Amino acid sequence: MAKIKYIEHNGKEHIVEVQNGLTVMEGAVQNDIPGIDADCGGSMSCATCHVYVKEDWYDKLSKKEMGEDDMLDQAYEPNSNSRLSCQIMVSDDLDGLSVYMPEKQV
Amino acid sequence: MIKTDVVIVGAGPTGLFCAHQLGIIGLKCEIVDNLDKIGGQCIELYPDKPIYDIPAVPECTGEELTNNLIEQIKPFSFKFHLNDRVQELKKENDNWIVKTTNGKEFHAPNVVIAGGVGSFEPRKFQTKSAEKFDGTSVLYSIKDKTIFKDKSVAIFGGGDSALDWAIELSNTSKVSLIHRRDEFRGAPASVQKIKELSKKSIIKLFTKYSIKDVKGNGTLEEIEIKSEEGESKIIKADYVLGFFGLIMQLGPIAEWGLNLDKKTIPVNTENFETNKKGIFAIGDICTYPGKLKLILSGFHEGALAARGCFKYARPNEKYRFEFTTASNTIKDRLGVK
Repeated sequence: MAKIKYIEHNGKEHIVEVQNGLTVMEGAVQNDIPGIDADCGGSMSCATCHVYVKEDWYDKLSKKEMGEDDMLDQAYEPNSNSRLSCQIMVSDDLDGLSVYMPEKQV
Repeated sequence: MIKTDVVIVGAGPTGLFCAHQLGIIGLKCEIVDNLDKIGGQCIELYPDKPIYDIPAVPECTGEELTNNLIEQIKPFSFKFHLNDRVQELKKENDNWIVKTTNGKEFHAPNVVIAGGVGSFEPRKFQTKSAEKFDGTSVLYSIKDKTIFKDKSVAIFGGGDSALDWAIELSNTSKVSLIHRRDEFRGAPASVQKIKELSKKSIIKLFTKYSIKDVKGNGTLEEIEIKSEEGESKIIKADYVLGFFGLIMQLGPIAEWGLNLDKKTIPVNTENFETNKKGIFAIGDICTYPGKLKLILSGFHEGALAARGCFKYARPNEKYRFEFTTASNTIKDRLGVK
């Protein structure tokens, strides 16, 4: 279980407890947090669960799998802190993670 | 005007199998899809990726699945309307009048929406200033490459479309290629070629840059690109091409008066009819308690929706359930003995 903070582009924060084994994307969708669309349902086929993760946390996350950067090319304003939240698996180690949402998803 | 029993919106696996089921029970249909090819997400997003959860098919790619589904409905000779999009749905007596972007009109008592997550459209530049040149000098596809002859062309993107066009247009135009990373996802041979052309200064290559502004008074003159660190560069450009892949947009479906739950359409699980009589929704686009976004669920939904269509298409007939193994009527429809 990890407490994850989802921060909307307008600054509004949502803190929810997400079960281990779910993805950060699923944590958002299951808790009706706006700003993460996840159109493809987590199959890494779209870029609508795009989030920014600040450096301190970014480096702690497991590395991007092949294909994630290809999808991120298609996200809205990606930068070097960008991740697809469907590819971040929640575990106890992620307790306290903050993810920032882009202004919009695609 | 085309009269039919059912208009299917979307030629993905779910729409194709629903067409099969309609053929089996003796109904006619017409299939409309925004893409230029049959197969939906299977063909557009993962043609080469193996799928492992199609019943009785241990492994197949998106392309193989699509080809098999096309093969399976061949006996019915249903017509596809590709590169076209259903724009408008209007009820007239017992029929739905279905109008497409290309001006086609269908009259049918049933519409089956098998639209996935919406229609695929090119992802555009987010820069406001790019909008006023949209369609004239800011383009997302190429219809006539001769317009670029001897012009300065700025191409954005890192996939095959961007690389292929950069290589092709470099023969006759001054090409700049701009990508947000220094890795490209295009075919290795194309990446190699781009690097060679860049070394010979035939192509100007800018990696780790993205668009900032598009400038010009009436006609496009130059663009400004920025690095992640905020450094800007000005590039002369007569045309800007963006190849950022396709995004899925619900589009006009949102305006047909259907109940919507986020980007999905609630249906009943008896025949997958929506809140509108004669409009059904199946596959990824429909939602109900327990919905799974699996291809196999889409097949089941399509089979039941097809039976739902029967009562409106043949109001005076009683639907009779038959097995393909035993029914001579079905064998006739399939053209087998």
